Amino acid sequence: MNPKTISYIIKRLILAVFTVWVVFTLTFFIMHAVPGGPFVGEKAISKAAQQALEAKYGLDKPLSTQYFTYLNDVVHLRFGPSLKQRGRMVIDIMADGLKTSAKLGVVAAVLALIIGVVLGAGAALRRNTILDRIIMVLTTAFVSMPSFIMGSLLLVVFAIKLKVLPANGAAAGGLILPIITLMLYPMAYITRLTRSSMLDVLGQDYIRTAKAKGVPAGKIIFGHALKNSLIPVITYFGPMLAYIVTGSLVVEQIFAVPGIGRAFVSSIINRDYMMIMGTTIVLATLIVVMNLVSDILYKVVDPRITLE
Amino acid sequence: MDSNLKKLSMQVNLDDLMPASEKEKEYMVKMRPSTTAFQDGVKRLKKNKVAMVSFAIIILITLASIVVPMFWPYKYEAMLGVTPGKPVDASFNNLRPFEYSKSEEKRIEEGEKVFPHVFGTDSSGRDYFIRVIYGTRISLAVGFFASIIVLVIGLVVGSVAGYAGGMVDIIIMRIVDVIYSLPDMLMVILLASVLREPLGKALEGTVLEKIGSNIISLFIIFALLYWVSMSRLIRGQILSLREQEYVLAAQASGAKGSWVIRKHLIPNSISVIVISTALQIPNAIFTESYLSFLGLGVNAPMPSLGSLASDALNGLKSYPYRLVIPALVISLIVLSLNLFGDGLRDAFDPKLNG
Repeated sequence: MNPKTISYIIKRLILAVFTVWVVFTLTFFIMHAVPGGPFVGEKAISKAAQQALEAKYGLDKPLSTQYFTYLNDVVHLRFGPSLKQRGRMVIDIMADGLKTSAKLGVVAAVLALIIGVVLGAGAALRRNTILDRIIMVLTTAFVSMPSFIMGSLLLVVFAIKLKVLPANGAAAGGLILPIITLMLYPMAYITRLTRSSMLDVLGQDYIRTAKAKGVPAGKIIFGHALKNSLIPVITYFGPMLAYIVTGSLVVEQIFAVPGIGRAFVSSIINRDYMMIMGTTIVLATLIVVMNLVSDILYKVVDPRITLE
Repeated sequence: MDSNLKKLSMQVNLDDLMPASEKEKEYMVKMRPSTTAFQDGVKRLKKNKVAMVSFAIIILITLASIVVPMFWPYKYEAMLGVTPGKPVDASFNNLRPFEYSKSEEKRIEEGEKVFPHVFGTDSSGRDYFIRVIYGTRISLAVGFFASIIVLVIGLVVGSVAGYAGGMVDIIIMRIVDVIYSLPDMLMVILLASVLREPLGKALEGTVLEKIGSNIISLFIIFALLYWVSMSRLIRGQILSLREQEYVLAAQASGAKGSWVIRKHLIPNSISVIVISTALQIPNAIFTESYLSFLGLGVNAPMPSLGSLASDALNGLKSYPYRLVIPALVISLIVLSLNLFGDGLRDAFDPKLNG
């Protein structure tokens, strides 16, 4: 690795840490700007009781003290108690949810990657045939359909009309439909990305040279073309994860999957402020880190790419 | 050899040196009206069948969403079973497409003509067709205005950063970098959930109250977060245009910065600006429907396509078409706007095609 790459990585690291800090600060101040504070909406609470509650959660201290206390807590992964699910800590609820969500997200991402690359390469190699047309039409449809609509339609068709798959995400096999829902958009995107970059690579001189030398077709496709056309796909890793995280918010809602996305949405509906702050910070950090990894990987894999 | 020597002897044909006659001029000059870059682009766009069909669909949907509510006999917020002073007529609720309620059937038997409920009614007895039409109108309007907001802010910030350069540019671009790397959807949900209440109170009694606090908060979110990619794009354009000779000429003859931006830089980057604004609209529609689906979108009873889809989830087993209809409309709008935007890009700025 040359010094330029290293300085780029350091720059990106600093930006990532800074971004997470901005997310934290924004979340903190946005939540504290809510009129009435976290206990608004509770039924006719007496003044003494409210003060007691505020004292218990440290909300009576000046804002700056609260800010640094909470910052210190978050750095040590202490997100405090849930305000609505009495007796449970935010970190425990999130850890429970993350297990399910991680399964959902990782399987969806891996499937999207494999199917997307295969379909994209197939479409590029069989350019302008019926196969290519079908793949392009389907992926266009998948790309323009919001995930919540895709999920609802799959639910109607497979769980309600055909009754072949469970509608409840907590049931056995219940993750199949949510995984398909989450997978379709990134899969379609990767297909299109792979197709266009594969077509680009197939037109390069070194492919012609390889053909002229008599390299077998299989070796040209896997050894030269596919390897080089996968580079743009790497840049999509970060955005794909961001999509899967935000997509899982609604998908988990539709299929009642007990994941972190559903915890986030229900914490917003229940106005569980500790929970909202905790989940926002964790999910945001996840997205920022994945973007960082995919950017760095991209620069390391392809040395031709000029650094800013 | 011989012929070459002959030419050296200056035997000039004097006819060749005579001024051209009118007839000859006409022959030489092919009269063709000059085409501007804009006309050229329109010509290319018209040849693109996919883009033209998409454009027709967009126009059709937009017109329908404006015209249909004018003559449709039902109102989007009217619960048909509820008449003041009478008990609620529950037979209006949950009608299937082209079904009639009991009182309507009676009226038909008596020979009266009753306008059919094309898509049936919802669980509160509201005509579903007009709700879908109205929801389309809301979604389109939100998409359009949100894009305009993004355009204006991005344009101002981007052109200032690009033209000023130096410290101003560096500071603005660092801010853009940070906002750009924020996870947008999470921030949108957070802001939408927090802004609702204070905005609702602040808007009470003003004209904006009718639009609803949720839509206003959606606009605020777009104004806060989504201008960054537009401003990056415009800054890049300005940076490359700034080096052109005509800008130097304008500066040399004493033009001020704002003049150069308005008269030279923005007109020359207009195609890029229009195209990315067109591509921003489906994005905004998508975000609105996403938020509505999570219950953070438009205020009831106003429908949007996302909130209609979200409401339909409750009665999904018996009335799946209530989900399918708004779902199809959203997908159709987003798809045709995207395809039309792509067509615009191909027609007006082949360089952008990447």
